[in-house]
Amino acid sequence: MNKKLKSFAGILGSVFLTLFGLTVVTFLIGRVMPVDPVIAAVGDNASEAVISRARVEMGLDQPVIVQFFHYLGQVLRGDFGTSVLTHNPVWVDIARFFPATLELATAALILSTVIGIPLGVWAATRQGKLIDQVIRVVCLAGHSVPVFMLALVSLLVFYATLGIAPGPGRQNIIFDGMIPQVTGLLTVDSLIEGDWDAFYDALAHMVQPVCILAYFSMAYITRMTRAFMLGALKGEFIITARAKGLSAFTVVWIHAFPTVAVQLVTVLALTYAGLLEGAVVTETVFSWPGIGQYLTVSLMNADMNPVVGSTLLIGVIYVGLNLIADLLYRVLDPRVR
Amino acid sequence: MISRRNLMLGGAAVPFLSYMSLVPAFAATPTDILVVAQQLDNMTSLDPHESFEAVGSEICGNIYQKLVHPSLDDADKVEPSLAASWEADAEGKVFTFKMRADAKFASGAPVTAEDAAFSLQRVIKMNKSPAFIIAQFGFTADKVEEQIVAVDASTLRLTLDKPASLSFLLYCLSANVGSIVEKKIALANVANNDFGNAYLQKNTAGSGEWMLQSWKASESVSLQVNPNGAYKGNIKRILLRHVVDPSSQLLMLQKGDIDIARNLTTEQLRTLQGDANYELIRKGVASLVLLSLNQNNANLAKPQVWQAVKWALDYKGMQENLVPLTHKIHQSFLPEGFPGAVNDTPFQRDVAKAKALMAEAGLADGFEIAMDHYSAQPYPDLAQAIQANLADIGIKVSLQSAENRQVLTKMRAREHQMALSAWGSDYFDPHANADVFNINKDNSSDAKAKPFLWRSSFQDAELTAKAEAARDEKKPEKRIELYVELQKASMEKSPFAFMFQVTTTAACRKNVSGVRLGTLSDSHSYAKAAKV
Repeated sequence: MNKKLKSFAGILGSVFLTLFGLTVVTFLIGRVMPVDPVIAAVGDNASEAVISRARVEMGLDQPVIVQFFHYLGQVLRGDFGTSVLTHNPVWVDIARFFPATLELATAALILSTVIGIPLGVWAATRQGKLIDQVIRVVCLAGHSVPVFMLALVSLLVFYATLGIAPGPGRQNIIFDGMIPQVTGLLTVDSLIEGDWDAFYDALAHMVQPVCILAYFSMAYITRMTRAFMLGALKGEFIITARAKGLSAFTVVWIHAFPTVAVQLVTVLALTYAGLLEGAVVTETVFSWPGIGQYLTVSLMNADMNPVVGSTLLIGVIYVGLNLIADLLYRVLDPRVR
Repeated sequence: MISRRNLMLGGAAVPFLSYMSLVPAFAATPTDILVVAQQLDNMTSLDPHESFEAVGSEICGNIYQKLVHPSLDDADKVEPSLAASWEADAEGKVFTFKMRADAKFASGAPVTAEDAAFSLQRVIKMNKSPAFIIAQFGFTADKVEEQIVAVDASTLRLTLDKPASLSFLLYCLSANVGSIVEKKIALANVANNDFGNAYLQKNTAGSGEWMLQSWKASESVSLQVNPNGAYKGNIKRILLRHVVDPSSQLLMLQKGDIDIARNLTTEQLRTLQGDANYELIRKGVASLVLLSLNQNNANLAKPQVWQAVKWALDYKGMQENLVPLTHKIHQSFLPEGFPGAVNDTPFQRDVAKAKALMAEAGLADGFEIAMDHYSAQPYPDLAQAIQANLADIGIKVSLQSAENRQVLTKMRAREHQMALSAWGSDYFDPHANADVFNINKDNSSDAKAKPFLWRSSFQDAELTAKAEAARDEKKPEKRIELYVELQKASMEKSPFAFMFQVTTTAACRKNVSGVRLGTLSDSHSYAKAAKV
């Protein structure tokens, strides 16, 4: 019991330290960057009186250390401040922007996992053969083609030329404002509302950005799966299984694959975290109002409360997914228990 | 018998086929909804007494009305809007406005002098970024209730401590910050003594053709027609969609998912030029691209160097090759479209003349200098061209690219040497830019105010005096003449090389008409927009 408590306390301690470090670094970056946040807030043409007042209102007239502890106190009370751009509390903005990214990232992860893992396994079992080469080239392309180009080409082909996909945005204008936000996930909210047209529309708008994101994730997942499987397939237990006359399917999926599943959990967790932090370029090309766009716009406007708030959120996601991966290790690998 | 493989293939195709069946849902936009793709990401407020950037001002301009507005046909004249008439006393200190009797707010309530007085008082009391446009007439928070008074329901009186030119006052009242808000609504939504500011940032209380339905930051702005406004067209709703990427805007326009694209680049506009399916509405706006030479650098402080730089630049080459559809050559501090703007372009590339000027300055061998510039296009391209032009007269320029706020922050700290930046006018009076580019009363390093001239350490008593005389001149025609003189003097003896005026384009599908772009963003109007 004591051991478990110690382990739990250790985890909590590392989570706290990680988030505290993240807060310090992000806060300091915001304060030392060569842009005056006051000018960003009130505009370059504002009078000196307005600029001075805004500086006081934003607390920027205080020493940095005082500003930091004031901010830390706010954060500990669950107050991430207000965005200068939107005038909303940061958590309200995050509650609006994050679900859009969550919806995209989750769908992309599912798609990339469902395709990427079998492809990786297939490539490993056909090492050096034509199909392996094809899969490797496809994965290489996934890593090397710039995402904005792929996104634009996708829009050009499927939307502009063939006309079989909807354009940028999360929904058609005819549904704008018609679906009340419950979860923020448009597909789920339209189902809750019972509006099937809105659901299909939201789903259709997701297809292109999800496929683009899934392709990039899939490339990584496939390559990692292939590498892990190549190692596993060389194991003595696999030679034994083959010698016992088991079918190729059983050897690969029942004997070899479970041994790499543990490593894949880390890969998937990191991939998901990467997707959840916001695919800025994809969100930009597809006009997807997600957390990546929110963070970028805030950063470009030196609106630091949303930047620190969003960064903390991303930190929490990373820490959370790592924790989940740790827990899954215990489920999947008895040696870790 | 269907094989397992065919069954799986068929199953896999179902979502794709059903996806195709959704295509009709993505067809052209309804005729009563105007859909506009626009970059909306730097908009901070829709309270007209706070909003101080281009997109917010444009939207406010469609929601609210002012007492007066500049004539659409003749920039030198001001026309009635919510005020039917006005007069000034002989001394130029008391100004009386008679309100129009038929104007109504979106709520249906009549627009009264009480609303106008409240609105202008609100500007001074809130003292947000654009307040100085009204406050420069001497209005102060503690006295404004005596200075701005509703004499009766239809009469508004403004009393100034010092005389002012009527035309200057009218142009300032025509600015976005002069918008009249409905007093009752603003007061009903006061929180923490904010004069209804938090409410009006995201809600509407105006008498313009449109009213705000919703604003989702970095996503969309929805306007609906004001049932009590002057709009008579067939559009019931305008949806401004935040589309960052100009390429996406172009594709959406070509597919008919949007009716107007507002942020197309030169390359994208070229693809639409001459295509009968689109109309390109172009307008030179009040944004100037200029080169500032900081006078705290000994070489840049020589007047011959100012002139040498101005004669070394290849304005025509840069305009034609780098920014043909988004900028035009402009060399005075007042943008084309402003009252009294000088649109002559006396400077052109003359390397021999520029070299002679450098020699006259004792710098025949040139010098090295750093130039800050915005990192967004077209500034990097322009900066490289400037670098090449100035190299021809011996000035070796090293380029320092940064995000525009970073460049502005550096300029405000007087840390730049040369800077390529842009300046947008705050209101539609020549004094807006005459002040910025000619007046600097205190050039000391610890000056309280840090106007544009101060940032480049430039001070010229003669230009300052001329600018103030023009501002205070009571006769409108004479005033315009003074501004023309001032611009010509400034061209000759200031360390600012004005190069281009930004041209904005609204690329419209052919079924859209009546969209109008103005010189200032608050005059971009959908008041006569229609769609078939």
